[in-house]
Amino acid sequence: MSALLEVKNITKIFPKVRANDGVNLTVEEGEIHAILGENGAGKSTLMNIIYGLYKPDSGELKLSGETLNLSGPHEAIEKGIGMVHQHFMLIPVLTVAENIVLGAEPGGIPYNKKKANELIREISKNYHLEIDPDAKVKDLSVGLQQRVEILKAFYRHAKLLILDEPTAMLTPQETEELFGIMRRLKEQGISIIFISHKLDEVKEISDKVTVMRRGKTVGTLNTKDTNEQELANLMVGREVVLRVEKSEYKPGDVVLSVKDLTVLDEQNIEKVKNVSFEIRSGEIFGLAGIDGNGQTELIEALMGLRQIKSGIIKYQNSDIEKLPTRERYKLGISYIPQDRQQEGLIMKFSVADNLILKEYKDIRYSKNGVIQYKKVFENASKKVEEYDIRPTDYTLLAGNLSGGNQQKIILAREVGSNPKLLIAVQPTRGMDVGAIEYIHKKLLELRDGGSAILLVSLELEEIMSLSDRIGVIHNGVIMDILDGKSATREKIGLLMAGSQIDAKEVEV
Amino acid sequence: MSKVLKSIYMPILAVVIAIIIGSIIMLATGFNPVAAYSSLFIGAFGTLPNIANTLANAVPLIITGLGVAIAFNAGLFNIGAEGQYWIGAIVGTWIGYSFKGLPWYIHIPLALVAAMIAGGLWGGIIPGFAKAYTGAHEVITTMMMSYVAIYFSHYLLEFGPMMEKGSVPQSPLIRDSAVIPTIVPNTQLSYGIVIALVAALFVYWLMYKTVWGYEMRAVGFNQRASKYAGMNVPFNIVLSLSLSGIFAGLAGAVQILGVQHRLYDSFTSGYGYTAIVVALLAKNNPIGVVFSALLFAALGTGSQYMQLNAQVPGQLTDVITGLIIFFVAADKIIELFKTMFKKQKKEELAS
Ligand SMILES: Nc1ncnc2c1ncn2[C@@H]1O[C@H](COP(=O)(O)OP(=O)(O)OP(=O)(O)O)[C@@H](O)[C@H]1O
Ligand SMILES: [Mg+2]
Repeated sequence: MSALLEVKNITKIFPKVRANDGVNLTVEEGEIHAILGENGAGKSTLMNIIYGLYKPDSGELKLSGETLNLSGPHEAIEKGIGMVHQHFMLIPVLTVAENIVLGAEPGGIPYNKKKANELIREISKNYHLEIDPDAKVKDLSVGLQQRVEILKAFYRHAKLLILDEPTAMLTPQETEELFGIMRRLKEQGISIIFISHKLDEVKEISDKVTVMRRGKTVGTLNTKDTNEQELANLMVGREVVLRVEKSEYKPGDVVLSVKDLTVLDEQNIEKVKNVSFEIRSGEIFGLAGIDGNGQTELIEALMGLRQIKSGIIKYQNSDIEKLPTRERYKLGISYIPQDRQQEGLIMKFSVADNLILKEYKDIRYSKNGVIQYKKVFENASKKVEEYDIRPTDYTLLAGNLSGGNQQKIILAREVGSNPKLLIAVQPTRGMDVGAIEYIHKKLLELRDGGSAILLVSLELEEIMSLSDRIGVIHNGVIMDILDGKSATREKIGLLMAGSQIDAKEVEV
Repeated sequence: MSKVLKSIYMPILAVVIAIIIGSIIMLATGFNPVAAYSSLFIGAFGTLPNIANTLANAVPLIITGLGVAIAFNAGLFNIGAEGQYWIGAIVGTWIGYSFKGLPWYIHIPLALVAAMIAGGLWGGIIPGFAKAYTGAHEVITTMMMSYVAIYFSHYLLEFGPMMEKGSVPQSPLIRDSAVIPTIVPNTQLSYGIVIALVAALFVYWLMYKTVWGYEMRAVGFNQRASKYAGMNVPFNIVLSLSLSGIFAGLAGAVQILGVQHRLYDSFTSGYGYTAIVVALLAKNNPIGVVFSALLFAALGTGSQYMQLNAQVPGQLTDVITGLIIFFVAADKIIELFKTMFKKQKKEELAS
């Protein structure tokens, strides 16, 4: 094996932040190289430099021994570097084929559609990336959209593929499929840089791991010679507790009660069917299920973002199903939505402004309609400190923060308001182990302080380690509600797949 | 670089590049750019009356530009400011001449407020509700409403109820009590400039310091996240389009009360369209609107003088205006110039 990519002493400085500070990295041919690091450690920045999106302030890039002086991604692509970003860059209204050939159309413009489809079929066969070239991207699942991004790279003959947190938005099943693809690519001699915060994934798929901390590379290890605990410690720079420690379960009064709730989607199809459950104070209720089984519709209905067809939603003994969203927030409900960039934040607002996104009208932050920026900044500096949002300059636009730090803004806002009911959808998505440890601690604190928490996650691990009770949703129906202590992975898995009878048999 | 400097950097660069390309065009067509630009400058700022006229020209551009900027801030494209301006002008004129015996401190505010309400209804109620509840695109609806307003004014003035006796299609003069007095005698500069500057400060305060501005900007950047945060998105769409119309309407009335004193029949004032450019160049910042309006006003007054004194056709300023718009809209091209320039500097240092 010989070095395909060499990164030497790369430094990149943003206003007020050294995002990369003398970074070194070597990627061999045909190797899967994982990059680990805390939120804001500089991983995405480094990848963007390798992909030609950012110009480094100093340092050198070499590809197969040749020095690279990239003026933009088009040049990186030309040299055989492909990248799938943390947030996809596809055009939803175009077809798969159109997205793939965009900018490199066979036959120029107007492009040769037949040829394009043929080419794509061929590539998808060669790399085992099955897809329908004529499907519209907006109709595809996240996993398939990602496949389109990967195909885009190989349509342009990539030798090196960069995957920036590819699994953050995938279901466990989709992740397994992606790993299958990655293994096949590796067999064909393609090198892959793989970024993830999930240590078990890194352990499973990578050959080598490079750990970054605060803009620096702190070491490269052979994956098989290390373990998750060592990686976690190296990454955070201290001993990390990977196991959640939970105090005794002491449920109080019912906070949220949902009865016979039915919700339709845009096509008037019943997505939530006669669902009933209760959540008590001092309890974490986990909602497990495969993505797309009605979780989104259920949560949106609870938050007043979607009309319900029938049923009752009771919060602290009063019906709230007719209340507008803002009134529900005022009653002490908090909500961490699934998509931080589209639903949780205004990317072009400052961190400070985002931290008051739901409370700017509250007397704490505005008087007679005039926002009291002194108070807003006081709040921001407190939250930035408490939730370790980096960098600490709260006048930066939220869009300029790293993915994990964006998530921390939402957390600071939603958990920091001390809600009586918190609805958290994938609260730790894209967070590093240290931050996850911290968030789990915060959620448990909230629970011990008498709040009720509805936790929606696609990750069984997270649901199982935090929840006091677990509801499993399949096809819009709550299949069963299990006790958090005794529930097993297998039982939940079967229920998630919809086989109630089998699950009952396992129980017996 | 400080924040302010950074935000005005690109627009200034756009203007500079447009001026440079303008001189290349002049050289290529056989004119002396130095003579042309200096007479342009003298025409705009050379004497007190010239300065006054430039400022006077800026007044309607500032106020209409503010209106357009508010809508832009909320992510909406109010292309019909021209029509809202006409509605404001019509209402201002009518109140100006038809009410007798009012003291000025009632007559002027009455005309202005009525014009603002009319402009707000024209821009906000119909296009705003259409957008908020049916999704009808505001570019189409504001544009259509704009034509309705312009043709309505033709009807009023050409043998309609507002036409003065005689054969010229124009309205009667407004009464003295409705006239906004001039500041510099024998020029067009009236106290309208004070109204414009106060309006700019007000809009700045509204958009950046109040909860209403906060909401409108949030909705402008990301409707989905705003909805998730509990904001009333349709309300904010109607509100921002209404405000946009209110300011365009105010501009029309201020122009009538301060400068024209009666409504003439013409197809366009042009202010509503130039205002879009003004707002674009200002990057929708209300304070920036003042400066960018001044620039376009100066180009306007200066070009006549340049035409007379340097024999450069006045259309050349239109070309420069066009180039400015081009470079503002295509800021990526400016980035390109910047990196090219940087590279060159590095190479120079290296050699
Ligand atoms: N365009 C930008 N302007 C200013 N600062 C930036 C910009 N992009 C990134 N940064 C800063 O650089 C640092 C590194 O960010 P980067 O996105 O590389 O982190 P990351 O390791 O990918 O983190 P995460 O795991 O959260 O995605 C952060 O402090 C971030 O705020
Ligand atoms: Mg990142």
